[in-house]
Amino acid sequence: MVTGDHQTLALVLFGVFVAVTLAITTYVSRNRQGSAEEFYAGGRLFSPMENGFAIAGDYMSAASFLGISGLIALYGYDGLLYSVGFLVAWLVVLFLVAELVRNCGRFTLADVVAARMRERPVRIAAGTSSVTVSVLYLVAQMVGAGSLVALLLGGTSEAAQAWTVIGVGALMVIYVSMGGMRATTWIQIVKAVLLMAGAIALTVLVLMRFHGDFDQLLRTAADRSGHGEQFLAPGLKYGGDWTARFDFISLGLALVLGTAGLPHILSRFYTVPTARAARRSVVWSIGLIGSFYLMTIVLGFGAAAIVGTDAVRGSNAAGNTAVPLLALDLGGGADSTGGTVLFAVVAAVAFATILAVVAGITLASSASVAHDLYASLRRKHAKQRSEVAVARVAAAGIGAVAIGLGLVARDLNVAFLVGLAFAVAASANLPALLYSLFWRRFTTRGAVWSVYGGLLPALVLVALSPVVSGSAGSLFPGVDFQYFPLENPGLVSIPLGFLAGWFGTVISPDRADAAKHAETEVRSLTGAGAA
Amino acid sequence: MEKHDGRDAGQIRAGDLKDPWYDELASGWGELDGTGTPTAPAVPAQVAPPERSAADIYLEVQASAAFQEVRRRYRRFVIPAVAAFFTWYVAYVVTATAAPGLMARPVSGAVNVAMVAGLAQFATTFLLTWAYARHARLRRDRAALDLRWTVFEQKREQERKREREQGAEW
Repeated sequence: MVTGDHQTLALVLFGVFVAVTLAITTYVSRNRQGSAEEFYAGGRLFSPMENGFAIAGDYMSAASFLGISGLIALYGYDGLLYSVGFLVAWLVVLFLVAELVRNCGRFTLADVVAARMRERPVRIAAGTSSVTVSVLYLVAQMVGAGSLVALLLGGTSEAAQAWTVIGVGALMVIYVSMGGMRATTWIQIVKAVLLMAGAIALTVLVLMRFHGDFDQLLRTAADRSGHGEQFLAPGLKYGGDWTARFDFISLGLALVLGTAGLPHILSRFYTVPTARAARRSVVWSIGLIGSFYLMTIVLGFGAAAIVGTDAVRGSNAAGNTAVPLLALDLGGGADSTGGTVLFAVVAAVAFATILAVVAGITLASSASVAHDLYASLRRKHAKQRSEVAVARVAAAGIGAVAIGLGLVARDLNVAFLVGLAFAVAASANLPALLYSLFWRRFTTRGAVWSVYGGLLPALVLVALSPVVSGSAGSLFPGVDFQYFPLENPGLVSIPLGFLAGWFGTVISPDRADAAKHAETEVRSLTGAGAA
Repeated sequence: MEKHDGRDAGQIRAGDLKDPWYDELASGWGELDGTGTPTAPAVPAQVAPPERSAADIYLEVQASAAFQEVRRRYRRFVIPAVAAFFTWYVAYVVTATAAPGLMARPVSGAVNVAMVAGLAQFATTFLLTWAYARHARLRRDRAALDLRWTVFEQKREQERKREREQGAEW
């Protein structure tokens, strides 16, 4: 499917994007003072619209652009179920988290949870789970980057994939350690604009092909999918036995509750001056993300109708190439200039998406390492080093870890890794965050227990799941220690996280500090004393 | 004024880079639209007893009628709204996995119940976003800002007093 022309043009566009983002990084860091405020929060002076685009840029990974449209092209309606979960999750963020976190915290999730508690144990717990979530998400993106770029450029060799992972890792470390939050935010904004523009262009072309008749689009998609009416109803992918169905419910729960616990999303709220601006940036991002997912529905069904489900599956079994193939066809076919250009543009947008998302996650996890873990764990009399210097080193370290894991985990399913990151975020981060914002009696022990009580079950259940052992597609197909039937642990581990926080609080020897609770509550709802 | 609240999200275009609030933003909390509801008077600053710590200020504000009102308004919107959308979402996911036959019933043309329910999830998300932003802007923002000033001024008062006392000792 890929000829030399596509590759050359796509490579040129990749190069342009890398050059532009590096220029942004250099430009915004030209007279940087290197304060923590500057590095972690970009000076807190972004406007709601800018931050809204940046949030959307952080959230819409290549997995959504190519993955969800691909799932719709292959399985019809079941792909759409994903995008609903990804969008509805933003109501949790808007209602319960965004403004309050902006008012109470400074740079990280742990700031909010630790404010009422004995700082050290809570900070270590929340920092650990934040880094775990970030690394899982990062590995997912790196694996996706490797296979995707190799796929789009036709080089499916292992060496090409490995070099892509290493290149993406190196670039993200440069963006983050040199440019901090300011550069990362601008890269997200550029990427979000490119992604929206690309999606709008393709959607308009698909709808023009069907003369604006959505009904006709659905009918054609159903016809060409080979499944007929079933293609437009749930059940093709998740409709098997009850294990598969519970697995999907578990995933749905993780998606809708996990977003509010993702460290790189929470850290975005600190880049605006007030809680009101944080709220308005979420409103912007809901508008952008919602319209984007609506467009992926058109693109997914469009790919099924125009390219055909079998052709999509023939190109990539996971459906990741549905949108590039659709672009090729909409531009006028494989040999036309239009097709070549559109294909290259889509490839470049996917590449920009991956780079921007990994930069955002790396920044958030380096903040957790430096601001939470290093600040709590370093020896009292050790040489005082500035936190930002530590964060820069941490970004390089996390980059190295992500490259290493990305190379090892090359064959793991990307969607599974993303679902797992969301499940851990929902089990470990969300209970601690919500309890500390809304529960008067919540104590230090409750906070520590809720983090570990969600984190450990989530990780243990995955280790005992069919993903790791006991079936043909497992990580270790040779051995069998599979005791938990579901691939996604959310259905069990999220309630466990909430339960552990409640139980730890109830059996605490010490009572919650009323004055500190008053401070948290007043600050969270009024913005008094906000950073 | 705020018209972009998700309701017309479909119209947001990537190239549409004019944010109508961009200029107002820099001033942050200064941005009041005259539509805010009148609020109960904030905590009177004069009643301060001589020995007060920052913790006392927060405890007092928390107990004040003005703050209780802000918190009540926030909770009375958020708790039912969270319960509603979470139930609606879980019901949607469970129905889609447990009763695909029901979801496959045709509504009109190729559009079936599943498609309508999915698009309705998008619609309710946009609607709730708009309603929340409007509620917060009209019913909470001004009162919260007043309280923020109250805390700020009481803290400053406290610091001044401390400085004066230290000056007297010298």
